[in-house]
Amino acid sequence: MKPIGKHSLLGASGEISDFQEILHYLDELILYDNMWDDGNSLGPKEVHSYLTRVMYNRRNKFNPLWNSLVLGGVKNGQKYLGTVSMIGVNFEDNHVATGFGNHLARPILRQEWHENLSFEDGVRLLEKCMRVLLYRDRSAVNKLQIAKITEDGVTISQPYSLKTYWEFSAFENPAQGAIGSW
Amino acid sequence: MFRNQYDTDVTTWSPAGRLFQVEYAMEAVKQGSAAIGLRSKTHVVLGCVNKANSELSSHQKKIFKVDDHIGVAIAGLTADGRVLSRYMRNECINYSFTYESPLPVGRLVVQLADKAQVCTQRSWKRPYGVGLLVAGLDESGAHLYYNCPSGNYFEYQAFAIGSRSQAAKTYLERRFENFTDSSRDDLVKDAITAIRETLQGETLKSSICTIAVVGVGEPFHVLDQGTVQQIIDTFEIAAEQEDPATEPDAATGQEAATEQGTAADQGGSTDEGAAPMDI
Repeated sequence: MKPIGKHSLLGASGEISDFQEILHYLDELILYDNMWDDGNSLGPKEVHSYLTRVMYNRRNKFNPLWNSLVLGGVKNGQKYLGTVSMIGVNFEDNHVATGFGNHLARPILRQEWHENLSFEDGVRLLEKCMRVLLYRDRSAVNKLQIAKITEDGVTISQPYSLKTYWEFSAFENPAQGAIGSW
Repeated sequence: MFRNQYDTDVTTWSPAGRLFQVEYAMEAVKQGSAAIGLRSKTHVVLGCVNKANSELSSHQKKIFKVDDHIGVAIAGLTADGRVLSRYMRNECINYSFTYESPLPVGRLVVQLADKAQVCTQRSWKRPYGVGLLVAGLDESGAHLYYNCPSGNYFEYQAFAIGSRSQAAKTYLERRFENFTDSSRDDLVKDAITAIRETLQGETLKSSICTIAVVGVGEPFHVLDQGTVQQIIDTFEIAAEQEDPATEPDAATGQEAATEQGTAADQGGSTDEGAAPMDI
């Protein structure tokens, strides 16, 4: 996850080297934006559109940037959250996820998200989703960071881990009800 | 201005440090029919005097919509103006496509100015012979800019260009302090009045002038003849109460003597932000 400009934050999953390439493009974009020095600045919506163009154009050349991007930000009181996939599919929503998160986390968010979540409640909700992902996604590790974006800027927490419990009886013999299959 | 041996190429400096071709291009702007612009915190109004070749022909289009939030009024070589409008429209639409957001007018104006500057530094080009009053919105509100053939641009609270524009400028100078907080309708009335000043006694009718408005929540559009005529009619009723405002300016209007004196004129009185003078 990296802050972009004054107003946005970009998170990605997938090929990290491609993410670094995207950050390089965005550095240049933000630099030119700052060089205008005219009181206008690129907000999260503009950055999201720009990234959509980049991802889609690469996909058209059969040379995609292998990432799923999540772009969030706040500008002039307006909150924004959007996502772009490696093939250029983009949309905004109240909650987005990449990869397994779409299958495991979003149903939880659909049930429990509402307009007036406080920051603490939001973090608790995200941790709940991350815990499910930790248990169920074999490629997950128990280390996460939470980023907060407000009108005043972006802060990213230090990495921390979630409390887990692996002694559930169902975890003991996972293949019990499925002998002969994987 | 008199012919001299330094005015053949745009890339030749005079000993006094002037580029005559560029200055001649600015003369072309002064010969065009008048265009005026004024702005408040939230709205910008552009107006121009319609000039037609003959009674039989239609009048030249001098106000162009560049995007929902930007419009331009031109004075001078209208063909050059059309080309630059096309450039501006292109820039706006490309920006909108990539960023899904309107191009801030301040940035468009700089791009336009840089484009004009190129033509003052290539021996195989000539400067654009058109002055543009660019009206638009960006994050910080409503803006009015004037782009010169020299590649300079200035921001204004109100301005007038073209022939007999001095009369309009005098009118605007008297009133510009109130413009920031003017209502949209008052701004339009002031614009039409300023146009009337340039007409020097000719009757003001809606067929002679074109008015366009852009504002926060109001996309750029040209007001239709009927609306303009209605506003003009309200003037005629109040006309007896108004002081005769026109000044004879046939002489001062051309500002023939020191061209850069005029830049000082324009810059000093109605200049909004501190901007470098034309040389």
